[in-house]
Amino acid sequence: MPSWPALASQAFNGLALGSLLALVSSGLTIILGTLGVLNFAHGALFAVGAYAAFVMLQYTQSFLLAIAVGCGFMLVLGFLLERLIIRFFYGRPHEDQILVTYGIGIVLVECVRATFGGNAQRVPTPSWGQGATQLGFLIYPTYRLQLIAIIATLLVGLYLVLYRTSMGLVVRAGIENPGMVGILGINLRRTFLLVFAIGVVAVGLAGMLYAPVVAVTPDMGANFMAQSFVVIVLGGLGSFPGAVIGGLIAGEIVSLTSAFNSSYSEVMLYALMALLLVLRPQGLFGSEGRV
Amino acid sequence: MSLLEVDRINTLYGDSHVLFDLSIRVEEGEVVALLGRNGAGKTTTLRSIMGVLAPKSGEIRLDGKTISGQSPSAIANLGVQLVPEERAIFGGLTVEENLRIAALTAPNAWSFERIYGVFPRLKERRKSQGRTLSGGEQQMLSIARALIRDARIILLDEPFEGLAPLIVRDLVNVAASLAREGRTMIVIEQNVAAALSFATRVYGLNNGHVVFEGTSAELTANPDLARDFLGVGA
Repeated sequence: MPSWPALASQAFNGLALGSLLALVSSGLTIILGTLGVLNFAHGALFAVGAYAAFVMLQYTQSFLLAIAVGCGFMLVLGFLLERLIIRFFYGRPHEDQILVTYGIGIVLVECVRATFGGNAQRVPTPSWGQGATQLGFLIYPTYRLQLIAIIATLLVGLYLVLYRTSMGLVVRAGIENPGMVGILGINLRRTFLLVFAIGVVAVGLAGMLYAPVVAVTPDMGANFMAQSFVVIVLGGLGSFPGAVIGGLIAGEIVSLTSAFNSSYSEVMLYALMALLLVLRPQGLFGSEGRV
Repeated sequence: MSLLEVDRINTLYGDSHVLFDLSIRVEEGEVVALLGRNGAGKTTTLRSIMGVLAPKSGEIRLDGKTISGQSPSAIANLGVQLVPEERAIFGGLTVEENLRIAALTAPNAWSFERIYGVFPRLKERRKSQGRTLSGGEQQMLSIARALIRDARIILLDEPFEGLAPLIVRDLVNVAASLAREGRTMIVIEQNVAAALSFATRVYGLNNGHVVFEGTSAELTANPDLARDFLGVGA
């Protein structure tokens, strides 16, 4: 039995991991829900984001500036991928969509490897996030606390876009019934471009923010992508609240299980998914819909 | 020139040929009923007009301009509005959000107040999610989405199906008052009496062909006609 401080510390790690998974998964789930495309390049885009932070930091020496420029880069990348490749696959079978996004993922990862090599790169913790913070019952790394706060803010922002803007209205309706959105005079294809780009920026931003916490390698996104697939199944395909809650649950399960026996942390996650699929196949917040 | 002209269209569902050289026309301000057995091609006709299914041949014209071949969103923005049989309410959106999204691309959208004047019940439920509405309320909302767009021609696919008699009576009253105001509509209905109470003209369909064309009065005067050709009692 681990000590209480160790458990508390793991609970915070779970919160940090969970919020990150929430951000990654919300990008994945709104792309899936709106465009109907399961984006297998999502993990690669996570790594691209982390490398974008790595490169920009060397030029700008400012973490915030690096992130701002990195987001612009991810936005352009998202636009280009949608216009040049993804949009030709909307009407195609799911197998084709999986193959093409998987292929994009391989190309991106290998481009990163060719440019930066396979060795781990280090992205330093920003100056304002150095050290640890005394929480009373626990001393916890400051940057990880800030990470949680930053991602919480980003998720609130994403919520406001989805629930308080006309574009968000179209996205939510499009996730439910794209045909009826068209019948009401709205060309959903135009929204697709924006949704894809937002999803790419979300996952890239997650990669940038996570970069100081881990070793940055070309394959760093693979495990995240697998976990975020579990998250969107837990939360319900296409559901933004589901991605957020599912992400937090997944993060806590992985982290708290590691406090007892780290080799079982992933097992527990998949066991929970299997259980949920038996009890509630549509996920926590899902409704029967498309896909 | 008629407001809407469906000119010898042939529409297929996959490999099965559903509409055969089907022609109908609708004048501005009139209400036309499409009657016929299940599988006669009524819903397919409306889906073809809306652009959900593209006719393989033939032409559909609005104000004399060809609309067949365009996307449903483009056709909607020319003023054609389908109220589908399954109602297709967005269950995760509130009543007001359902109306808001419908009004988004309509240049002459009605105010919420004007819609609530037609359907006071929707005002009471404006904050409720679509999935919590009763069948009758969903149908009101589905029709309201077409009205708020100020559609020039509304295509009603079985608007009274599965609803309680009292609610049907209310909806028939709404449809009748829209008809009196000169709103152009095409209505499909199994409840022939309800449809004939506000439709001026009727097309009878059978196996994807038009087999009867006449006024509501003619059909009401010859109940045998309806029974023989359409398998429905007038």
